[in-house]
Order: sequence, then structure tokens, then C-alpha cells
Amino acid sequence: MSFLEYAPAPESTSILHLKKSYGLFIDGEWVDGRGQNFSTISPATEKKIATIATASPKDVDRAVAAARTAYDRVWSKMSGSDRGKYLFRIARLVQERARELAVAESLDNGKPIKESRDVDVPLVAAWFFYYAGWADKLDYAGLGANPRALGVAAQVIPWNFPLLMLAWKIAPALAAGNTVVLKPAETTPLSALLFAEILQQAELPPGVVNIVTGAGETGAALVRHPDVNKVAFTGSTGVGREIAKAIAGTDKKVTLELGGKAANIVFDDAPIDQAVEGIVNGIFFNQGHVCCAGSRLLVQENIHEEVVGRLKQRLSTLRLGDPLDKNTDIGAINSKDQLERIRTLSDIGEQEGGERWSAPCMIPENGFWFAPTIFDNVQTSSTIAREEIFGPVLSVLTFRTPAEAIAKANNTPYGLSAGIWSDKGSKILAVADKLRAGVVWANTFNRFDPASPFGGYKESGYGREGGRHGLNAYLKGAAK
Amino acid sequence: MTRLTIPKTYKLYIGGAFPRSESGRSYEVVSAKGAFLANAAQASRKDARDAVVAARGAVSGWSGATAYNRGQVLYRIAELLDGRRAQFVEEIAAAEGVTAAAAATQLDEAIDTWVWYAGWADKFVQVAGSGNPVAGPYFNLSVPEPTGVVAMVAPQGQKGGSLLGLVRVVAPALVAGNTVVVIADEKRPLSAISLGEVLATSDVPGGVVNILTGSPAEIAPWLAAHADVNALDLTGAGALEWIDLEIAAADTLKRVIRPDAGVPAASLDRILDLVETKTVWHTKALI
Repeated sequence: MSFLEYAPAPESTSILHLKKSYGLFIDGEWVDGRGQNFSTISPATEKKIATIATASPKDVDRAVAAARTAYDRVWSKMSGSDRGKYLFRIARLVQERARELAVAESLDNGKPIKESRDVDVPLVAAWFFYYAGWADKLDYAGLGANPRALGVAAQVIPWNFPLLMLAWKIAPALAAGNTVVLKPAETTPLSALLFAEILQQAELPPGVVNIVTGAGETGAALVRHPDVNKVAFTGSTGVGREIAKAIAGTDKKVTLELGGKAANIVFDDAPIDQAVEGIVNGIFFNQGHVCCAGSRLLVQENIHEEVVGRLKQRLSTLRLGDPLDKNTDIGAINSKDQLERIRTLSDIGEQEGGERWSAPCMIPENGFWFAPTIFDNVQTSSTIAREEIFGPVLSVLTFRTPAEAIAKANNTPYGLSAGIWSDKGSKILAVADKLRAGVVWANTFNRFDPASPFGGYKESGYGREGGRHGLNAYLKGAAK
Repeated sequence: MTRLTIPKTYKLYIGGAFPRSESGRSYEVVSAKGAFLANAAQASRKDARDAVVAARGAVSGWSGATAYNRGQVLYRIAELLDGRRAQFVEEIAAAEGVTAAAAATQLDEAIDTWVWYAGWADKFVQVAGSGNPVAGPYFNLSVPEPTGVVAMVAPQGQKGGSLLGLVRVVAPALVAGNTVVVIADEKRPLSAISLGEVLATSDVPGGVVNILTGSPAEIAPWLAAHADVNALDLTGAGALEWIDLEIAAADTLKRVIRPDAGVPAASLDRILDLVETKTVWHTKALI
């Protein structure tokens, strides 16, 4: 064995006690869906995990009605400190069942267990713990005394961080006093359904959180429901546009966390070793299924060859394979459709003159996989420099001056995130000021924290999640 | 013998200049009693687009100015507005058919609005921003930044609002460093153009505020759909097909402020409706 070889170290799935099929979680109970059942599969093996219900528009009605009743009769009348205690309970239960949730997440989503175990699930607990403490302190949220909840929140989340996105949505909504109907993504409903069991263990009053599974139609019915007061969506810019149109003319308040095409800017005075790690973390974390992924590397021209060379070296050491193996760095692509999209866009990248390089790794026979890939000499006009790929594909562009880096970084309709690598603090501050992006990471990338607001400029959406700002998205000022 | 007056030609205000509409169109503006007051320029799609280009060009300079500087410029607007009392009182009184005293009260409110917002320029960041205690070795700060180019429909036909309505939507947008394309009160646009003259001489850089006169129903759809506009303030669009405007704005995910009956109050919320929160993480060395 060379130093890069390891014996397999798979996490056992025996910790999971999954049901064969899952219904909808409405009003504190499991009910059948009236739509067509579907299967959720493991993208690493294509094997079925469980049968999942589809919520029809009538089921969505029922869920919204349950949320409304719970809001009117229970949740809006409960003291903030009691609401907070429920959230603290949930945070603790997530911590207690962390291993189980991590295994379920990696199984259903395909992400490496080291990420679900060390990033996703701990952040889920942190999110509930953070917002739990806000529930009885809303007077300090920045809206003046006695701010009010909005009512029923419709929340639709993506497949890239299934449980974490659930936490980002549910924790602030409940802390602010809203009730929730949440729809997890079609390909990753499992952890949300386990979370419903946690809600039962926490004895959260029925109807405060309802979870309805299904595809885009279920989500569309939910966000368009007339008795919903707040819509929170994380997903593609295309769907975000449709939601913005659908709620036009209504009183619904909206938060949209949409796509991105983040620039990761590396100056020649950067700490190169850290920068290389940061570039890898920026685009290959979670197989690049990250809306704020650093998918465009902007590297200063004089260190271009060095950085790309080191990057290739580093990528050659990444281990792609079984998401449940503790040594795995790159897991499975979440779905066949997404794999097709990544392949198509990569082919276009090649056709448009990008120099393609993929890490030499063994691709398992079954499942959906894509080797970490770099495109060098990409032009700003290239499709792969403009469109979100949402996969482990990095486009490399160069610049000479800070002004050119800023211009190229901002040359996109998106504005979610950006990275800056330099040892010169004054340069970082000056560049950070000029970047049109909601989150800027200086000498780091893809860091998340419940205390830290997250969200985009321009076509990356609007509203913030995290921190006091994220709480405000679920509140309005006192009645005048 | 009385001296013949020299009536003013009211034009658009775009990029710091006062052009006529490129379309060559104008429309009659009459007093509350129906007497002819002036021929105002009737802005076209092209004028709206020119205004957006001017507004975009001004974003970098205006948002890059120090907050102290922006505050002083906004205060300067109040100073100059106060210095031209007679003209504004006359325009407001004629347009709205109110007494000189009522017109003066509206002007006072408009002046005070500029003063109030001027004071916010170097304070709202502290109120709306935050230092975030993240779990790790990072210095993490959230600050509000301007959204960018804002297209606006000023309140239309509001009692006591021919000047004040426009000021109440434009001033808060400028506080954070946004630039503005505003469609003035269609029937009573003259004091808006005179305000443009005040802005032009108040150290407000050209392009920061662009004022269009004409039909909001005609111009607003072009602004709502314009890809280089970041936000759409529909405060005065209640009588228009504003839902269509909101739908058009969704194509580029513009921030939208929905219509508001009456003249909006001055409020911090109006500043914060047109900002984006930027969060910057800085690594701390482990020492």
C-alpha cells in the first residue's frame, strides 16, 4: 500500500431504523399522500432506500390548514421562552441523533460522511440552538418592541444540504413565532422525514411544523397557496423567478436564496498552500453542489501556472467513492439529471476552447459520479464561466490587476459569494468593498455559521438567512 | 407698465443635464384650476434607458463617497431648497390649488425630510449592520450596501404631495448610495423638475438622480423590465397595472417596493428596503 491507499472504512448503516415507506407529516401525524408515490434512491448505488409519498394540492391544503390552526390556537399564543425551549430541545435531539442523521444524509444525498458528520449535522444543531435563544428576545431583533410573526411560512428547500437547509428555514421561522409547511427536495426527503420523528420526540405541538414531500408541483402548490404569509425558497434562479412572479401582487413576504457563480480571487501575495486548499474546498466541497461554490478561479497571471499545477497535484490525492466511507473526499452526484447537466456543460466548456483536466480516479460502476475537473484558459464569455454548473467543475481565468479581478468577479448576473486570497489586509478590505456579493470569504471559503447572515445580491436572490437579519425575514413591526 | 415674465422651459433631468425628450414630445401641465402652466417634456422609452445608463454610471462614485460626504450633500439639498422657497411655494400652490401657507408647509416638510435623511447617512450602517460571533477563528462583519440603480414611480396626485411625495421616495434611496430614475407626478411635475435644478447645484453628482416627466403607465414597464435596474419602487404606482410591473421585475429578480397609498412617512425602513447585506469573513491567525 502506498501512503495514499487506505483500507475501506465505511460507516455502518445499522444505526438507521428506516421505514419501508414514508407518508406526509401533517398536524403531528403521518398521513398518506394523495399523489403518486415515488422512491428515493442512494445516488452512490442507485438502490432504493424507501418509498415516499407525493402531496397533492389537496394534501398541501391540509398541511397549510394544520399550520394555520396551530398558529392561531397554539404557537402565536405561546410565550417566546416556551417556543425557545422547544427549539433548544430540537437542537439537543439533533445532537443526540447526529450519527444517525449523518448516515441518512450521506445515504440519500451522496455526500461524503465526513461532510455530513462534521459540517451539515453539527450546523443543524447549531442553527436550532442559535435561534432558540432569539425566541424570547424578539424586541431586540431590530424592528422595535413587540414585533409580530408573519403567520404560516411555506418553505421549499434544495437537495444539496437537505437537513441543513431545513434548519436554516425552520429554526428562525419558529423562533419568530411562525408555523411552517416545508417541502424537502424530491431526491433527498429522507433526513427531513427523520427530522419529523425528532419533532415528535420533542413533543412540538401538532401542526407547528408540517412536512410534505413531492416534486416541483407540490412546491408550486405550496408557495402559491393563498393562506400562506411567507415564502422561503432555496434553489435555482429559474424557479426563484417563477416564485417571484407567482407572489406578485400578494402580501406574501419572500426570501429567495438562488444560484451563484462565485469568483475565488487569488492574488500573487496569497499564502499559496492555504489558497490551494481553499480553492479545493470552494468548488469540490459537496461535489460542487453548493450555490455559493467558488466555481470561477481568478488567479493572478504571474502565479497561474504554479497554482494550477499545485491544484492538479492536490486533486490527484482526493478519494472519490462510497459516501459512507470515512476516507472519501468526493461523493456521488446527487441524481442522474444533475450528472447529465454537468456532463453537458463540461462538453460545452471543451467545445468553447477550455483546456479540460480531470483528476485520475476510479469511477465506481453503479451510481452517479463525476471526477473533479478543471478547465484552464477559460474566457469570460464562455458558457462555463457564466452558467452555474452545480458540480465539481472549476473554471480558471486570470487577471493582472486588482481592478481587473474585481471587474471579472462582478461580471455575472449572480452575486451570492466571493473569495479573496492575499496576505495583505488592506488589499483584502479594498477588494471586499468592491465585490457585489452577499458573502465574501477572505483567506477562507464555504464557512457557515448561524450567527452570520447569508444571501445574495442581484439575481442570486434577496433576503438573508442567519443572524439577526435572518430572524427579521420572519417578522414584521408592531401594529401601528 | 408691468414687466413681461419669462416662463421657464421645463425639461427632463438626466445625467446632470436638462434635455428635452428625445421623442420631441411634450404635454400640457395645467393648474388645479385648469390654467395652462407649462409644456412638460413627455419622456419616452429611450429617455428612460438613457436615464438608467446615467444612473448606472453614477453608482460607483456616489456609493463610493464617504457616508459623511453623502450626508453633507443631502443636507446641502435642504439648504438650497430653502433658498428657493418662493419658487417652490408658487409651483406647489398652482399645481395643487392650495394656499401659499399650505404650500409652504409642504415645502418645509420636504426640506426637513432631506435634513432627516442627511443625518442617517453615517448612522444607518451601525444600526443595520452587525459583528457576528461565529464559532471559529474569524472576524465576521455584516454591513448594508446600496442595492444599485433604483427605478421609482413617485406618488401620483396625492394631496399635499406634488413635491413631498417625490422627495419621500428619492431621499431615502440616496442615503445608502443608490442612484435613482424617478417618474414624477404626471399631472403636477413642475416642482420635481425645479428640484432637479436644486440637485444640479447641490453637489449631487450628475446621474445620481434622474427625473422623468410624462406618463408612468408608458414609462414604468420599460424600467421594470430593464436588466440594469436593481430595484423597483412602486410607491406611487397604485393606479397602474402594478402587478404586471412586479412580474416584469421578477425576470431579473429586482427588489420591489409595493404601492403605498398616500405620501410615505420618512422612515429608516425606507433606507433599509434598498440595501443589501454583505457579510465578510476574515481569517484570524492562530497565535
